[in-house]
Amino acid sequence: MGMTMTQKILARHTGKERVEAGELIEAKLDLVLGNDITAPVAITEFDKAGLTQVFDPDKIAIVLDHSTPCKDIKSAQLCAQAREFAKRFGITHFYDVGTMGVEHALLPEQGLAAPGEVIIGADSHTCTYGALGALSTGVGSTDMAAGMATGLAWFKVPSAIRVILKGSLQPYVSGKDVVLHLIGQIGVDGARYQSLEFTGEGVSALSMDDRFTIANMAIEAGAKNGIFPVDDQTCAYLQGRVNRSWEGVEPDPDAVYEQEVIIDLNTLRPTVALPHLPSNTRTVDQVAGTPIQQVVIGSCTNGRLKDLKEAAGILQGRTVAKGVRCIVIPATQQIYLDAMKAGYIETFIQAGCAVSTPTCGPCLGGHMGVLSDGERAISTTNRNFVGRMGPVSSEIILASPAVAAASAVAGVVADPCKLS
Amino acid sequence: MKIYKYGDNVDTDVIIPARYLNAPDEKSLASHCMEDIDAAFAGTVEPGDIIIAGANFGCGSSREHAPLSIKASGVKCVIAASFARIFYRNAINIGFPIMECPQAATEIQAGDQIMVNFATGQITDETTGKQYQAAPFPAFISGIIDNGGLLKSLKARGVAK
Repeated sequence: MGMTMTQKILARHTGKERVEAGELIEAKLDLVLGNDITAPVAITEFDKAGLTQVFDPDKIAIVLDHSTPCKDIKSAQLCAQAREFAKRFGITHFYDVGTMGVEHALLPEQGLAAPGEVIIGADSHTCTYGALGALSTGVGSTDMAAGMATGLAWFKVPSAIRVILKGSLQPYVSGKDVVLHLIGQIGVDGARYQSLEFTGEGVSALSMDDRFTIANMAIEAGAKNGIFPVDDQTCAYLQGRVNRSWEGVEPDPDAVYEQEVIIDLNTLRPTVALPHLPSNTRTVDQVAGTPIQQVVIGSCTNGRLKDLKEAAGILQGRTVAKGVRCIVIPATQQIYLDAMKAGYIETFIQAGCAVSTPTCGPCLGGHMGVLSDGERAISTTNRNFVGRMGPVSSEIILASPAVAAASAVAGVVADPCKLS
Repeated sequence: MKIYKYGDNVDTDVIIPARYLNAPDEKSLASHCMEDIDAAFAGTVEPGDIIIAGANFGCGSSREHAPLSIKASGVKCVIAASFARIFYRNAINIGFPIMECPQAATEIQAGDQIMVNFATGQITDETTGKQYQAAPFPAFISGIIDNGGLLKSLKARGVAK
């Protein structure tokens, strides 16, 4: 029996010829990540356990992106704790306000993820780097502490679902629509404890930014990781970012998949997820006209340049509807600069959007766009759970940047294909 | 002993809302535990109480604050039809007992008195007289729990310094 991409990467990092689904292993780590919410808990545990050394200061990344620029005194104290730790151990990849970006956009951009690597992060959306053919997965703070100390993490080797992509996307349809469609089909625990392995000729028709969006939301189907094959586009993305040697993997021809899902990209329509689960999906035309008070365009899911380009394309020469607040957050400083050079930032501001420095802020109801009682947002973020962006009576509709921008203009949920 | 019973897909945002993650000490986490799904929980929970839930308990964010807040509330264990994978490993890593048993999660009712045996995985509903068997942990995972969590287990093995 052959191995999946994920199993091959795990075998290589365990020094074994092969691993089997269900086996418990300890794998070597290429990178350990934490942020300003999860790293402080890890650091407290690290210190409490009396640990005195990190396995490799070059293979730890700490990104202060969730509550930053700090929203309150307690958040500032957590950031100070992370800053002190980074200094104490000479952590190479420490990103503070001014250089930081939303971690899952920042790390690939900075060349910290490469094909075939094993990456854990104390943030559930660490699965994003699967877009580059890495095995990356979210863990908790204790895993982060253990990973920083030992360079190891324990895993149950996952079985896998093969997602076969065919064709190519229609205008105004993007990676977000692909992944929402998939989650709607298999459910929020449809891939629980499993890998989602993407394959098929449709992969080459997807931009890297679309692949990052799709891999990013693998966790929303309960998956351990989502992973894409390495192709010419991947190599072009890595060029100039990753200087170390890397080795990608392909699945064995006889790799075992527990389930196969076929998605014809040609037939996908702009898709949204209604409150309060990412699997509660509809095509946008089914819910067009639903009132909204806020629009958020950004996050580790959809704060990349292609996302901003699509939103700007719709907002160009138009204005945000009266009574709607539209918040745009480029995910990294580089994306912010690129968007500025391309004129997108001016477009957003002329349209009446608020543009923010990179932060996770509103996605988790932290700051920079918290909702009030009974308010509804359409958001390019990844979760629409009860109380995620505000009080329990507030609601989130998940959507692509194109749908979010069209809705900002219309003042209600709107289909970008039908915008006048 | 009281049982708190919840449905499927209890996510970590309702277990401990993000607005409280800026104060990750046990007392603060416990005081807001389950706030967005059950506002009465923190005020009524007592040491030894048990949470019973449906499928995919603890889905969403990786915040370890979620099992920490439940543990700090004095809850003895969570029994669920299934657990989301990050919550599952976080509970193990902090040495907090969880039991996966779909039948028990469906049948045991909020007013029942139950006994749990972590060593054997046996759950006894003293009210109905029914017994349930949760899947036992593999030795590797029992080793982590028995040592009091992942970091203590790594230190005991001499892997972490």
